[in-house]
Amino acid sequence: MTYRAEVFVTLKPVVNDPAGLTIKGGLHALGFDSVTDVRAGKYLVVTLDADDEDQARARVEEMTRQLLANAVIEDYRIQLQVAAEPVTAGQRPA
Amino acid sequence: MRTGIVVFPGTWSDRDCAHAVGEVLGQAARYVDHREERLDDLDLVILPGGFSYGDYLRCGAIARFAPVMDAVTEFANRGGLVLGICNGFQILQEARLLPGALLRNASCEFRCEWVNLRVEQSQSAFTLNCRPGQVLRIPISHGEGNFFADAETLEAIERNGQVVFRYCAPDGRLTAESNPNGSLGNIAGIANDRGNVVGMMPHPERACEALLGGSDGLAVFRSAIHALARVAV
Repeated sequence: MTYRAEVFVTLKPVVNDPAGLTIKGGLHALGFDSVTDVRAGKYLVVTLDADDEDQARARVEEMTRQLLANAVIEDYRIQLQVAAEPVTAGQRPA
Repeated sequence: MRTGIVVFPGTWSDRDCAHAVGEVLGQAARYVDHREERLDDLDLVILPGGFSYGDYLRCGAIARFAPVMDAVTEFANRGGLVLGICNGFQILQEARLLPGALLRNASCEFRCEWVNLRVEQSQSAFTLNCRPGQVLRIPISHGEGNFFADAETLEAIERNGQVVFRYCAPDGRLTAESNPNGSLGNIAGIANDRGNVVGMMPHPERACEALLGGSDGLAVFRSAIHALARVAV
């Protein structure tokens, strides 16, 4: 089975996020005064083959711990779903 | 001093390091390809600055898994001297050979300028020839050099005397203005607890000749030569 994992990597709350602060400043400059905080992070989509959902989740957890996130500064969240059938030529939705 | 200078795809300061160690100091130096797995012939391994693997994902995150890094880890654990400069410092942290992490500069700007560094301790292999409190003038060139460690780790680093360099004013005072990137405690360089592995954001290899603006960086490399001579005695 093919799975599609979405991995959200964000700086830990105690870690200062200068990019987020700069984006917040930009939003304020545009007049979005109600914005009180912005945190910038990374969004990764990993497509992988696995026997079942548990195995897929375990593998994505492991690869996230080893490489995708740095536990010293980052937290992560994983969303997993069965990948949609690839759309091939001739089957394109109308 | 037999020096190996590791070259990853995207490393850019390897030739500066080879020039400083080989030409200026007259030591044996060779490039080490990122696929090499043996470093037995070396006394010192330098991980130079640059943008290894395009700095994709995080600075140093991909380089950490290059074949040579297992050998670097083994070399460091054997007591071999390892110096990580700029991107090399980031790689050593990703490889967990040094604590903490380097975040984006607080200004969000790439900073390329001369800074003053206060030497905090002279026990590390790369500060043996310095005296604590001495101020070195060495350039930085980075966008992500903002030293971070959680409170517990930072406390341990400070208590163990692992802070090697701090950004300071020309007279050695630690000020907010002299901190170019927002680093906690003005930290510019740290050592492991054994003192044989040091990571620093400033580039000592670019401060080895008066012609290029200063030669304070020589102290870092001469300290390594001194440390090796001391071991050999």
